[in-house]
Amino acid sequence: MITVENLTKRYGSFTAVDGISFEVRPGSVVGFLGPNGAGKSTAMRMMTGLTPPTSGGSTVLGKPYRDLHNPGRQVGVMLDASAQHPGRTGREVLRLAAIQIGVSRQRVDEALALVGLTDEEAGRRVRNYSLGMRQRLGLASALLGQPEVLILDEPANGLDPQGIHWMRGLLRGFADGGGTVLLSSHLLHEVQVIADDLVMIGRGQIVAQGTKDELLSRGGTTVRSTDDKALHAALRRAEVPVTDIASGLVVDAEPGVVGQIALDERIVLLELRSGGSEGLEEMFLSLTAATSREGTAA
Amino acid sequence: MTTTDTGTEARTPALDPSLVQPTSTPGADGRPGVPMQRLVHVELRKMVDTKAGRWMLIVMSSISLVVVAALLIWGESDEMTYGNFLGFTALPLALLLPILGIMAATAEWSQRTGLVTFTLEPRRGRVVVAKVVAALVLGLVVTAAAFVFAALANVIGAAVGDGSGAWDVTWKVGLGVVLGFAIYVLQGLAFGFVFLNTPFAIVASLLLPTVWTIAVSLVSSLAEPSKWLDLNQVTEPLFSGSMTGENWGQLSTSFGVWVLVPLLLGAWRVMHREVK
Repeated sequence: MITVENLTKRYGSFTAVDGISFEVRPGSVVGFLGPNGAGKSTAMRMMTGLTPPTSGGSTVLGKPYRDLHNPGRQVGVMLDASAQHPGRTGREVLRLAAIQIGVSRQRVDEALALVGLTDEEAGRRVRNYSLGMRQRLGLASALLGQPEVLILDEPANGLDPQGIHWMRGLLRGFADGGGTVLLSSHLLHEVQVIADDLVMIGRGQIVAQGTKDELLSRGGTTVRSTDDKALHAALRRAEVPVTDIASGLVVDAEPGVVGQIALDERIVLLELRSGGSEGLEEMFLSLTAATSREGTAA
Repeated sequence: MTTTDTGTEARTPALDPSLVQPTSTPGADGRPGVPMQRLVHVELRKMVDTKAGRWMLIVMSSISLVVVAALLIWGESDEMTYGNFLGFTALPLALLLPILGIMAATAEWSQRTGLVTFTLEPRRGRVVVAKVVAALVLGLVVTAAAFVFAALANVIGAAVGDGSGAWDVTWKVGLGVVLGFAIYVLQGLAFGFVFLNTPFAIVASLLLPTVWTIAVSLVSSLAEPSKWLDLNQVTEPLFSGSMTGENWGQLSTSFGVWVLVPLLLGAWRVMHREVK
């Protein structure tokens, strides 16, 4: 369980995170989406006690992060996979974390096996790791203490497609077992597959928030029939907002509602589908375009 | 949960679901924080498990070795006493021990490992304490090694060469060396915590005392306060085992100015700075 309430961070006159509130329930995966520099990382650093918030606050498992007892056993955190001492081996990095949180040497081997780092790779210095390998090491470190909650900043960064697929499976399984997962990304389609809920942030503010299905169906329903004119009239009579497009109609209602009306009117449907992610994608792209011009990374 | 086997990459293993299950860990409520013993263990390990840390120790011992060997080969017989051997081994250590402390203090920030360290122990004050204890322990080990090494050299000098082999180190000198080294380690830590940047801290810890010494030699009115504020000057009687009451007072004031104040300031910085 993660609760974020009115979390705000200001640097001088620049507001990096502007009063965001959301919740991540146990058993769910929440995708924290936003373009680079939107304030995702700053928000996540505040949730984990690394950055003091200007106002507002957050709790993990019902407590402010700094009040957690041995947080490594309760919350798995990966904020920046490249923030590792280049002179240590992968195994040594995990060994240090294991000593600090009090888990066995055997758990280090388990975690390495879990993320698919071989013995030979674990013995190499982090300096010689690819981004993907560092990402795996970071995940291993987050999973080391068998936590109930995972907070991961851009975990799919640098992973190959198969690695991303594998990570989705891992996080899905973790959430299905009752775990809480918050992961950030600047790629919509990357989290779309795995997240239950989405929180979209731009310029420090939440611009869209809700279950994935809810947000995706916002695009309305696209329908095409043998007699679009008659369908249009019927939808109007049912007081459902409808717009003509080049190939069919876009209706602001569930596909079921549209299908029922068509059935009542005995109109043959050729195509009936949720608007899909186009609307969300468009919104996301406009956010990206707007913030990328500023060129500052938070 | 299963991965498609493309045959090209054996990197993603079949998952054993039990290994990624969220596990509720009952927190011993009322006592947040990682036990100090584990924190000190981790900090000690961090100082010696990197190439930089290991080389630091190797360089320290090698310089001592060379200096002592030089004394063994070219030294006059009456120079080859335990006191001199100890003094020669101690010379490079006095210079390099602060750097050991600095590296322990700054690594979390210069290598950004603080991102992990401070999420695993968000009560940063405890990490600061653990670093101080760990650096002192390592400093003590190095000091003990210097004592043993100097003793060996003294025995060799007397047996093989024409060294006098005199054991002219009193317990006061011995204790003074240990205390002096501890002060140097702490000074390094303090400067490291204040600057949180390895090169800055090293330059400052080497330069500032020197600048102070030069300033004193140029401005005669500084000569009197300097007796109380020059860490190099006030540790001299400590190493020679001739501390007087006034000397202790001078040592305390210098310690306060060069170690305690920066240490407190640095600890405050570590506890309040944003970790990025």
